[in-house]
Amino acid sequence: MARVELIDLSKRYGDHAAVAGVTLDIADGEFLVLLGPSGCGKTTTLRMIAGLIEPSSGAARIGDADVTYLPPWRRNTGMVFQSYALFPHMTVAENVAFGLEMRKLATPEIEIRAREALRLVRLEAYASRLPRQLSGGQQQRVALARALAIRPDVLLLDEPLSNLDAKLREEVRIEIRELQRQLGLTTIMVTHDQEEALTVADRLVVMADGEIRQIGTQRDLYERPADRFVAGFVGRSTFLDGRVTTPGQFETAGGLTLKCADGAPGTAALLLRPERLHLGPANGMDNAMPGRVEFVSYLGAVLELHVRLSPADRVVVQLPNRGGAAPGVGDDVTVAWHRDAGMVFAQKPN
Amino acid sequence: MAVLAHERTSTFASPRRFAFGRWVLKGAAALALGFILTPLLLITWLAFFRQEIPSFPPEGYSLQWFAAVPVNKPFVNGFILSFQVGITATIIGLALAVPASLAIARRRFTGRGFASSLLLMPLIVPGVVLGASIYVFQIEAEIATGLPLLGTTLGLIAAHALIVIPWTSRLVTASLAGFDPVIEEAAKNLGAAPWTTFRRVTLPAIRPGIVAGALFGFVTSFGNLEMSLFLVGAGRTTLPIAILQYLEWKIDPTVAAVSVLQILLIGIAMVVTDRFVKIANVV
Repeated sequence: MARVELIDLSKRYGDHAAVAGVTLDIADGEFLVLLGPSGCGKTTTLRMIAGLIEPSSGAARIGDADVTYLPPWRRNTGMVFQSYALFPHMTVAENVAFGLEMRKLATPEIEIRAREALRLVRLEAYASRLPRQLSGGQQQRVALARALAIRPDVLLLDEPLSNLDAKLREEVRIEIRELQRQLGLTTIMVTHDQEEALTVADRLVVMADGEIRQIGTQRDLYERPADRFVAGFVGRSTFLDGRVTTPGQFETAGGLTLKCADGAPGTAALLLRPERLHLGPANGMDNAMPGRVEFVSYLGAVLELHVRLSPADRVVVQLPNRGGAAPGVGDDVTVAWHRDAGMVFAQKPN
Repeated sequence: MAVLAHERTSTFASPRRFAFGRWVLKGAAALALGFILTPLLLITWLAFFRQEIPSFPPEGYSLQWFAAVPVNKPFVNGFILSFQVGITATIIGLALAVPASLAIARRRFTGRGFASSLLLMPLIVPGVVLGASIYVFQIEAEIATGLPLLGTTLGLIAAHALIVIPWTSRLVTASLAGFDPVIEEAAKNLGAAPWTTFRRVTLPAIRPGIVAGALFGFVTSFGNLEMSLFLVGAGRTTLPIAILQYLEWKIDPTVAAVSVLQILLIGIAMVVTDRFVKIANVV
């Protein structure tokens, strides 16, 4: 267990920078999630921490040691791969014992620690099975046990849940989180699934195009997204394009004049979270816009209405499903919200 | 699902037509199998004939030709030489093919396609051409270096290694194709240095390819006639050459008996190997 530091870490392939200057400080025992779309550099960053990719520049430290150019087998990181990468010709017990053997521990010690790791993931009964005789979820847990058995300085999880079905995924991510807390293990997980990221993380890092866009807690990212990309990536949102005319006033491309929180005059986008919008009269709210329902998604616990406010502006409104009648397609409604519910992002001139 | 699939087939093809097609397929398969097995069956039958000049129907049956094999010096010496050459050439073929296949399967380098074809080349060049050119090469090499090459066991082994390589490299490459390199990364992550990773993880994973490649390579070397004809030294012949020479003077069923023993030997080797590695998974 250790602190992990990345200092201006980069990986370039020719002209293309897969990772462009990532600086991160991960505290001892912290669960950090690297979140971003595919190709954003999150996996490359993780693999550089494991030593599987050599950085082009920058530095990486685990604990007190500079590991930037240390080969993977000299680092003490435990990695769980997306495909699990279990050794197909070894039993579950042999898989878990492999890292301990490499550490040249005495045989009785290896047995004790391998069994202990399998107990952590509740697979003691499967010790003598081969990986192919296990289900996907069980294989995933063997991979986790194998990484935990070596008592790594840092646990690295590369999309560990992406090959599991939705229900199992929810169970396993909570299991991983509880295990991580119980062991006080510094953990870095890579995922493109925001729900997964939000569930397990102490802190999240949103990446795009090889760069960090924002670092923060779930609340930071949701309530105070640093830019339009983060706002769009974390949580559901509607963007209205337009411009800020005077501070506090936003004019949409469709010609609506809306009250907003702040923002410097100029081209901008207004972010509206679907659950912060209400249906019905103004009731003291700053904005109240008439519109027509064009589309309804019935999602069980909530309903989502797509409401057209002007030929160029459409917003998504989320309603809790409390039973009773709800507006249907073609109904005229009024959408109301406080000016604080909207966030303004100045548009970068492209 | 099963019901649905059944209904669909019966919509498009009547059950009778379906049955007809199946019989045609079975017939073709039986024909092909017969084509392959007939020489083997005939030679086996012939090995048990009592009379010296093969003629049909046989006058009676006997095991005398099998008894004649172990006392026939050229056959025994030929077998020993063929066995030595086959084993050594196979070991050399593997030692070259495994690293070559690893490089071809894993790395992207210029000339990769060429290297891959080069390893298969000995399979394409006719044996006589191969034998003749190696013969000429060995003469030239002997003149240039003064080392004895022509007609030596060493020269023969070198040539046989050449015809083993296509088999070993092809089959090892095939088994590498089904092996996820991430598994090697996992081993390194767990503390295994590259050589340990190879020994503990990669090698066991490609073992079926290695075993199958070795088996096919050995059989190819063991049965080679055309190329060896050019390269054997005086008085030291491989088993196929010994059989050919025997046939020049006699046509009694001893040759058939030798062939049956060879088939048995290779058959046993295949069955035994198949117990440890499923060759069918690779080939």
